[in-house]
Amino acid sequence: MPDTGIGASVKRKEDFRFLTGQGRYTDDIDRPGQLFAYFVRSPHAYAKIKKVDTAEAAKAPGVRAVFTGADMAADSVGSLPCGWVVTDRHGEAHKAPPHFPLARDKVRYVGDHVAVVIAETYAQAKEAGERVEVDYEELQAIANPVKALDKGAPQVHDEAPGNLCYDWVLGDEAEVNAAFAKAAHVTKVDLVNNRLIPNAMEPRAAIGEYDGGTDSYTLYSTSQNPHLLKLILCAFVLGISENKLRVIAPDVGGGFGSKIFCYAEETVCTWAAKKVRAPVKWTAERSESFSSDAHGRDHVTHAELAMDENGKFLGMKVETIANLGAYLSSFATSVPTYLYATLLAGQYTTPVIFANVKSVFTNTAPVDAYRGAGRPEATYVVERLVEVAAREMKLDPAEIRRRNFIQPDQFPYQTPVALQYDIGNYGASMDKALEMIDYAGFPARKKASEAKGKLRGIGFSAYIEACGIAPSAVVGSLGAGVGLWESAQVRFNATGTVSIFTGSHSHGQGHETTFSQLVAETLGIPIENVEIVHGDTGSIPMGMGTYGSRSLAVGGSAIAKACDKIIEKSKKIAAHLMEASVEDVEFEGGKFRVAGTDKEKSIAEIAFTAYVPHNYPPDLEPGLDETAFYDPLNFTYPAGVHIAEVEIDPSTGVTEIVDWVAVDDFGKVINPMVVEGQVHGGIAQGVGQALLENAVYDMDSGQLLTGSYMDYCMPRADDLPSFRVGMTQTACTHNPLGVKGCGEAGAIAAPAATINAITDALGILSMDMPATAEKVWRLANQHAQAAE
Amino acid sequence: MYDFTHHRPASVDAAVAALTGADDGKIMAGGMTLIPTLKQRLASPSDVVDLGAIAALKGIKEEGGAIVIGAMTTHAAVAANATVKAKIPALAHLADGIGDPQVRNRGTIGGSIANNDPAADYPAGLVGLGATVVTNKRQIPADDFFTGMFETALADDELVTAVSFPVPEKAAYAKFANPASRYAIVGVMVSKGPAGVRVAVTGAAPCVFRLAEAESALGGGFSADAVGKVKVSSDGLNSDMHASAEYRANLVSVMLKRAVAAAG
Amino acid sequence: MPRVSMTVNGRAVTGDVEGRTLLVQFLRENLHLTGTHVGCDTSQCGACVVHVNGESVKSCTMLALQADGTEVATIEGLAQNGSLHPVQEAFREHHGLQCGFCTPGMVMSAVDLLKKNPNPDEGEIREWLEGNICRCTGYHNIVKAIQSAAANMKG
Repeated sequence: MPDTGIGASVKRKEDFRFLTGQGRYTDDIDRPGQLFAYFVRSPHAYAKIKKVDTAEAAKAPGVRAVFTGADMAADSVGSLPCGWVVTDRHGEAHKAPPHFPLARDKVRYVGDHVAVVIAETYAQAKEAGERVEVDYEELQAIANPVKALDKGAPQVHDEAPGNLCYDWVLGDEAEVNAAFAKAAHVTKVDLVNNRLIPNAMEPRAAIGEYDGGTDSYTLYSTSQNPHLLKLILCAFVLGISENKLRVIAPDVGGGFGSKIFCYAEETVCTWAAKKVRAPVKWTAERSESFSSDAHGRDHVTHAELAMDENGKFLGMKVETIANLGAYLSSFATSVPTYLYATLLAGQYTTPVIFANVKSVFTNTAPVDAYRGAGRPEATYVVERLVEVAAREMKLDPAEIRRRNFIQPDQFPYQTPVALQYDIGNYGASMDKALEMIDYAGFPARKKASEAKGKLRGIGFSAYIEACGIAPSAVVGSLGAGVGLWESAQVRFNATGTVSIFTGSHSHGQGHETTFSQLVAETLGIPIENVEIVHGDTGSIPMGMGTYGSRSLAVGGSAIAKACDKIIEKSKKIAAHLMEASVEDVEFEGGKFRVAGTDKEKSIAEIAFTAYVPHNYPPDLEPGLDETAFYDPLNFTYPAGVHIAEVEIDPSTGVTEIVDWVAVDDFGKVINPMVVEGQVHGGIAQGVGQALLENAVYDMDSGQLLTGSYMDYCMPRADDLPSFRVGMTQTACTHNPLGVKGCGEAGAIAAPAATINAITDALGILSMDMPATAEKVWRLANQHAQAAE
Repeated sequence: MYDFTHHRPASVDAAVAALTGADDGKIMAGGMTLIPTLKQRLASPSDVVDLGAIAALKGIKEEGGAIVIGAMTTHAAVAANATVKAKIPALAHLADGIGDPQVRNRGTIGGSIANNDPAADYPAGLVGLGATVVTNKRQIPADDFFTGMFETALADDELVTAVSFPVPEKAAYAKFANPASRYAIVGVMVSKGPAGVRVAVTGAAPCVFRLAEAESALGGGFSADAVGKVKVSSDGLNSDMHASAEYRANLVSVMLKRAVAAAG
Repeated sequence: MPRVSMTVNGRAVTGDVEGRTLLVQFLRENLHLTGTHVGCDTSQCGACVVHVNGESVKSCTMLALQADGTEVATIEGLAQNGSLHPVQEAFREHHGLQCGFCTPGMVMSAVDLLKKNPNPDEGEIREWLEGNICRCTGYHNIVKAIQSAAANMKG
C-alpha cells in the first residue's frame, strides 16, 4: 500500500490554507462596488402584514434600495419550492403552501423575512432597517406540533387545513396488528426527538452579482450543493436561464445539512443585484442563524414493539408527528418519511412494521435535514424500544439485540419498510464493541462508581443508516424532484498532472485529500499531482452535491468511473505508441505495459501524447479528459454499535460521559484518519442532542427562547470525552469502491446510546432529551426516594 | 451597533469629566458585557468612556493586611497573582472560573461588579469575603454595594477604583455553571475571617445574597457537617429554562457543602 | 473619524475607524486579514481569537480603539518563514480541523494556553477551550493536537 493511496491516513491537503488563515469563505470575498443587505425580520410568530412603509428607510444615509414582498411579486419571483412530493395515505400530494422569499401577506415565524434594505455599508443597512415601518396585526400563533393538529388550532396556511402537510403511512397495518395479537409481550415508548439548531460555525452568507453586459448572474453562497441551488433558483424561483447563473460555493465552514437548502437570503441577493446593478452581500449574524437556518428533528412519537416470549421481535408500530415549521424547506417532506420510516427495521429481522407520520405546520422556523436527517430519529425510536424491551423482558441488552440481528447469510435482506440491505455483519460489530468497552468488567466499574457516590450506566445503540442517496429511479418513484447521481470529470493536463472536477462539495469532509488518494492510486500518479476542483458551477459538471454521506459512495464512484474511461482511452494511445494491440496493454501503477515485453509508457507520457498528438491513433480524438456520471444501484447501509458509559452525580444531576466505544462498518475506507474524525464529530453532535442542545420556542407566543449561545447549549471540549473508535468491514456490494459513507453515523448512533446509558444508571425506563442536569437530578431523586 | 464617541481618558478625573459631559455616557471597563450589549443594540450611548488607559486603576497590592485590587485588573491577572493565590486562593479560583480564558484576559473586577449581573461570580466573592468597594468618592461595604438586579449603590458620576479584600482565615468558592453561557447558575462563596463567617450566593436570585442559616450553622463550627442540615428555601430564587427555583435551591446547598469542604 | 494605530503581525498599521468599529472588523475589513473569523455575536464561539499584547482575546468583543498602541498577532502571522508553528503543525498532523472555520481562533487560543501552561493535561486543555466552539471535530483531535504540540515544543 503506498503511503498516499487508499487506506492511508494521508494528512489533509486543505489544511495548510485553513491553518494559516488563507481559507476563502464567502464572507472573506469582497466584490468591487458591493452593497450590503440587511433583512427586516418578523418579531412576531404569526401576524398579518397590513402595511410596510419603506419611505423613511429609503431616505436613510447610504441606502440604495429597500424591497418588500410586493416588489418581488411585481417581478414574478416565485415561491421557494420543496423538491420532494410525498403522497399521503389517500393518494394525494402533500400540501405545498407558497413560501415567498419576502413575505407577502403574513409572517409565519419569528425571523420570517419582511423586507431587505440595501446600503453602502452593513451598519447603514441595519440602521435603516429600523426605519422600515411594518404594521402587523398579530395573530395567535401555534408552536406545538401536537396541538397544531387539534381542532380549532390556529391555521398556519389556508392551503393546509388542520395544519396537516400530509398523513403518510408505510407498511401493512393489518399484518402488524396480527403480529401484535400473537405477542407474548408488547413494549411501548413515548418519545420526543428534540428540535435542534444546526450551528455550522460559519454563518450563512451570500453575494449576488449581476453583469449587465452579458445579462448573467453570479452567486457566491455557503452551499453544500451549488448546482442544485442554481437549478432551484433558475427553474423555480427567479426565472433566470440556467446558463445565465453561476453559483460558487467556495470554502464552506460546515453544513450538517443546513446549507443544502435554497434560502430566502441568497435568493434576494441574486435578484436584488440586478435591481441595484451592484453586488449585494449578506452575512448572517449568529442570531439570524438561530432564527432562520432550517432546524432539525422535532418529532413526537409513540412506538410499540411486539415480541414472543424469547424476546424475538414480531412487529413494530410507530406513530410520529413531525414538525415542519412554518414553510416547507427544500427537502423537508422527505426527512420524516423516506429518510425515517424506511429505517425502522434497524439491524433487526422484525418481520412487519407499520409507520404513520403526520407532518404539520407550526409558527416556527422551517425544519429540514440536519446531520442524519430522519435516520437519527429512526434509530432513536428503534434503539430506545429495544432497550426498554430488554429491561422489561429482563434480557441483557446485548443479548436481545443479538437474538434479533439480521444474520450475515441473510443478505441481501429485504426489510418490511422498502429497503434492501446489501451486506453487513452486525454481530461482528457488537462483539468488537463489547470487547473494547470490557462489558464483562462493567459491574465492577459500576460498584466503583457507587463507592464514589456516583450512578453508573451503560447504553447501547446498534444503528443502521441508508446513505449514498441514491438510485435516481427509486427516489423519483418516491417523489424526489431531482436525480441523485453524481458526476466527475477527470482532466489530465498535458504535463501529466490531473484536475478532478467533482459535483460533490467539501465543507469539512476533506475531499481534496480523500478524492486525491483515490485518483492517485487509481491512475498511479503522485498525490501532489492531483487537484480537486469543486463548488463552482462555472467549472464543474452538473452535480448533486454533498449530503446524506454520499460523497465517496456516489461522487467517489463517479471519479472511479471517469478514471476507468481515462485508462481505457490511454490504453489505445499506449497501444499505438508501443505498436501493440489494445488487448495486450496492461495498466498498473501508472504504467502501460505490453504483456510479455519490457515495453512501457507512463500515463504522463500518454497524456502528453493525447494533447500533442503528432504520433496518434487516426480514429481517436485528441485529449485526455473524461466525464462520468454515476447513479447508484442501491443505497449503502453503514451500520455499527456504539456503547456509552456514563457517571451521574445524583446531587447535581450532572452526567459525565466516562467512556465511548464506536464500532462502525463503513465498508472500505480511503483515509482512516478522516473517517475517525467524521465519527468523532458525529458523536459530539449526537451527545449534544442527548445532553445539551434544545431549540425551545415559547409555546404561546412562538418566540424562540434559545436564540444565542447564551441559551442554546453547544457541546464544548469539556462536555465530551475522548472517543474510542473501532471498525469492522463488509464491502458495499454495488459500488465500484465498496464504500458506504461515514459522515452521519455518530449523530445517528449517539442519542440512543446516551439516553440508554443514563436511564440504565438511574434504573428507569425512559426520559426525554436533552438529559439536562436538572432533569437527571429530579429523576435521580425520585429514584432514590423510591428505593428508600 | 450604533456609533458613539469613544473617550480614552488617562485619569479617573478625566473619565468622570467625560462621563458627566456626555449626553448619555457609558463607562466601559473590559467591555465584556457592554460590547455585546451594544452589538445587540440594547443600549445606544452617545459616548463611551473607556477606562483602559488609566494605569492607576490596574494592579494588585497588599495594604494594611488587605488585598487591594484595582478596578481595571483583569480576571486573568487576579487568578494568576501570587499574592492573591497565597492569601485568598478562593478569590484566585473564583477569578479563574469566570467566563473563558479570553473573557478573563479582558474582563475586569470593576466592570463586573459595577454591572452586577445576577449570575456573575464576583458579587459572591465580594460579599462572601466581606470586601469593601472603593470609588472615586467613598468606600462602600460589599453588603451595601449590590442593591438589586444590575443595580448598585454607585451614583451616576461615581466609578469603582478598587476593591479591598480582608484576608480570611479560610474561604472557598464553588460554582455550578450554566452549561451554555458558563455564567453561574449558582455560586457560593464561604469564608471565615476578620469579617466573621460569611456565606454569599450568586446566580440563584436576582441579586447576590447572604445565607444567614448557613452562616449561623458555620458559626458553631466551620465544617461540612455543620451545613449538612441547612435547608435552602426556593422562595425568591430565580426560575428559568436553565434551572427551576427548586433546583437552584438544591444547588445552593450542594455548592455550599462543596465550598465548606474545600475551605477545609 | 478617530484614527487608530497598532502593530499587527509585526507591521505598524494605521487606520480611520468609527468608535464602534470592532477589532475584528478592523482586521478583516481595513487590513484584509480574513483569517480571523466571526462566528457569533455573543462572544462565545472564539472564531475571532487573536492575541493583543501576547494575550488571547476575542477580537469581536474589543473595539479597534481599545487596541490602539498594542501589538496584535493574528493567525496570518503565526507561521514564520513559510514553516508552520508547532501548534499549526500538530493540528495538521492530528486532523484537528475539518471545515477550518473555528481553526484560526482555536489555534491562537491553544498557542496562548501552551505559553501559560507548557504541559497541560487533557482536562486542562478541555477547560481552556471553553471559549472556542468547534462543530466538526468533537474536539477529540484538537485535544490530541494540543497535547502533541506541547510535547514537540518542549522537545
